[in-house]
Amino acid sequence: MTDTKSPETDQTPPERSWFEKATGVGTSVARSLLYPTLALIAALAIGAVIIAFSDAETIQILFSDPGTALGDMADEVWLSYRALVRGSIGSINSISETLFAATPLLLAGLGVALGFKAGLFNIGAQGQMLIGAIVATYVGIYVTLPGLIHVPLTILAGIVGGVLWGGIPGLLKAKTGAHEVITTIMFNFIALFFVQWILTTPGLQDPGRNNPVSAPLAESAQLPRMFGSEFRVTIGFLVALLAVGFVHWLLYRSSIGFEFRAVGANPHAGSYAGMNVAVVVTVAMAVAGGLAGIAGANQVMGLEPYKASPALAGSVGFDAITVALLGRSNPVGVMWAAILFGALSAGGREMQGAAQVPIDLVVVLQALIVIFVAAPGLIRAIYRLKGDEGETTHVTSGWGA
Amino acid sequence: MALELNGITKRFPGVLANDDVSLTVEGGEVVALLGENGAGKTTLMNILYGLYTQDEGEVTIDGEELSLESSADAIAAGIGMVHQHFMLVPVFTVTENVVLGQEPTGPGGVIDIESARREVLEISERYKLAVDPDALVENISVGVQQRVEIIKVLDREARFVIFDEPTAVLTPQEVEEFFGIVEGLKEDGKGIVFITHKLGEALEIADRIVVMRRGKVVAEVLPDEVTTQELAELMVGRAVDLTVSKTPSEPDRTILEVRDLVVLDDRKVKAVDGVSFEVRAGEIVGIAGVQGNGQTELIEAITGLRPAVSGSFFVNGEDVTDSDPRDLHERGVSHIPEDRQESGLVLDFTVAENMILNSYYDQPFSNGVRMDWGVTYDTAGRLVEQYDVRTPGIHVPVSNLSGGNQQKVIVAREFDRDIDLVIAAQPTRGIDVGSIEYIHNQIVSKRDAGAAVLVVSSELDEVRALADRLLVMFHGRIAAEFSPDADVTDIGLAMLGSAE
Repeated sequence: MTDTKSPETDQTPPERSWFEKATGVGTSVARSLLYPTLALIAALAIGAVIIAFSDAETIQILFSDPGTALGDMADEVWLSYRALVRGSIGSINSISETLFAATPLLLAGLGVALGFKAGLFNIGAQGQMLIGAIVATYVGIYVTLPGLIHVPLTILAGIVGGVLWGGIPGLLKAKTGAHEVITTIMFNFIALFFVQWILTTPGLQDPGRNNPVSAPLAESAQLPRMFGSEFRVTIGFLVALLAVGFVHWLLYRSSIGFEFRAVGANPHAGSYAGMNVAVVVTVAMAVAGGLAGIAGANQVMGLEPYKASPALAGSVGFDAITVALLGRSNPVGVMWAAILFGALSAGGREMQGAAQVPIDLVVVLQALIVIFVAAPGLIRAIYRLKGDEGETTHVTSGWGA
Repeated sequence: MALELNGITKRFPGVLANDDVSLTVEGGEVVALLGENGAGKTTLMNILYGLYTQDEGEVTIDGEELSLESSADAIAAGIGMVHQHFMLVPVFTVTENVVLGQEPTGPGGVIDIESARREVLEISERYKLAVDPDALVENISVGVQQRVEIIKVLDREARFVIFDEPTAVLTPQEVEEFFGIVEGLKEDGKGIVFITHKLGEALEIADRIVVMRRGKVVAEVLPDEVTTQELAELMVGRAVDLTVSKTPSEPDRTILEVRDLVVLDDRKVKAVDGVSFEVRAGEIVGIAGVQGNGQTELIEAITGLRPAVSGSFFVNGEDVTDSDPRDLHERGVSHIPEDRQESGLVLDFTVAENMILNSYYDQPFSNGVRMDWGVTYDTAGRLVEQYDVRTPGIHVPVSNLSGGNQQKVIVAREFDRDIDLVIAAQPTRGIDVGSIEYIHNQIVSKRDAGAAVLVVSSELDEVRALADRLLVMFHGRIAAEFSPDADVTDIGLAMLGSAE
């Protein structure tokens, strides 16, 4: 068969850029950033319309004096978005606030993304954060050690809690086929009520309080601040960056990650190839839980008053799902998504203060971004992009699978 | 009445799928569209069925140009298509499936299932399809499901019917029945396009054969003017060897021994019911049989994917009945699975990643923790070269490759190590002639190198060409053993269970 070589079969591997070589990310980083960026722009455009129509006085004069009304609207949008930018990246403090908000999102988002890669829909980051936080709180209060050891130990405690709370649904799926969406949602409730109860038990409850709040962590277990004491961002963000590197290494450099991805993409092929799908599922859920557990630990170790409460996770565990989707489950993508969400939340507060635009607009913007990212067809239609037929956001296998 | 395609050109990024293709189908005529996978047959038919839009050229019926924006337009123009993969809802009845999408409704939007049922019955009788309108689709055989698809097309009053690889899923008997149905449609004046890569079928059923290669029509011939060999050469573009050339086998020690094996299927019904046989080094044992007689479960059991209820099997004399796939892999068993896309490959993975899918965990590809991608890429590059995998590179997703090249990836992965036993299920299903020839030769050379080979295929021709000994499976048992040059009719009868 010497006559069969034709031009399209030449064995030239695609050029890999220095970035791809350095990160091993693969060949499509630039492409995978394109859609989220376009989605952000589209969301900001729609957000501008909402801002423009959010002022009752301007609407009243829209028809009687359209010129003034449109001018006011433009001013309002300009004012709002300027505040949004200023509040997120305009000063060291804004950057600190952005990274501060991004830290737990990034950690929990990595957990969710790792689950997606292994074909698992981990809705349980919220519960994993709570349990991780509680275990960390114990270690943070009761262990007395120098900070250099106490901080890592407390983070480790958070990991242990999260591994437990993610691993059990993983084990249930592996052994009984119980769908992880159901079990992790239920585990969120169990975690919430467990935390509400245990924080009222003597030993953990803050003395003199009758609502579920823990005593403060020992100072040695508190995360040091990164840019000095006047800025809130802690070295928790560096831990999160380390986690990005770790998850990337795990998925693309380790053999267990190869199993995660193979089983996630095609469990039949995984078992054909000799992988133990049950073990892979359990381990993947446990690691995902561990990452969310760090996020939980961060919520007691990294912000004043360094106390655990049932509200410590806020909505981070659920926003993490959005962050993972936005980052397309790629660790580096998740990092940018978390920073974007952190920026929106930091900038949103400034926007509310400076332009009287409710901070809820930020939630609307986040929702719009995600809708656009989840529906690439919409982006293609808006920007008249030539479609890659067959490109879809397939995050994980469906219910039946 | 004539359907004409004139100068159809369709480009995909980097590929010219159809290059100035013209084709005519008259009413009452069967045209076979013959070509290898990737020759552009399916693209052409998808244009005709409104699923793609051509870049150049036109489609006309009786000189009138059609604008086919969707399959609805095609149906309205009287063009029907029976897809290779059926579009049926398993839990619906035959009637419900037929009317799906255009349900006859009475007052208040109530479905008039009774009139629909009568229609199905009438079509079934007129074309002698013998389909029970009330049967649930999940309970009827693949051959009957295909007839449901045909009824669907006829119910929508198609004048032209396109069959995309219709015989790929059928048993030899069902193929004969299917040809009868096609004859009936033809007598009724329907124009028929029959897409296939099987030469024998094209010669048997077609009034005219159109051969496509690399997006172009390379020949148009009448079946009685051409031989199988000539057709194959037209299709592949070079001389091909249709028979498998091999020396007589020299069986040596027993490698695989299966004893009284009993295996359940997914519904917990006995699918393999006390099977015993052995495969010796240096011989190819073929298992023939109509699909669904326990071959799949047998293969899954002896490759560690499905537990055996009782009985046992041995590799090199050691009991491996409870072994998992990895253990068998390490014992030198290689497995070419029945469904390459479902279990043989991770389609989203690159060619390189698929090349190490079952050896990734060990030296030299990994130290147990860290993958060594350098070695992996070198190995993948070498295998791609050595096993003639046509791919733009080792870093492209394997889903971008044609079926034949995907199968070569699997063969490369499974054959490129010391192996004692090859278990190959449907090794050439749905792939092009060139790749079939290549894979057959690979299997024979593994035999000659001293491996024991077990081949399971629903293509009787394939089993006969490859096997040194031929077993027929029926209802979960080995019904008969033949020498491969035994009479086809006898083997066919055994496949239907009459040898018992």
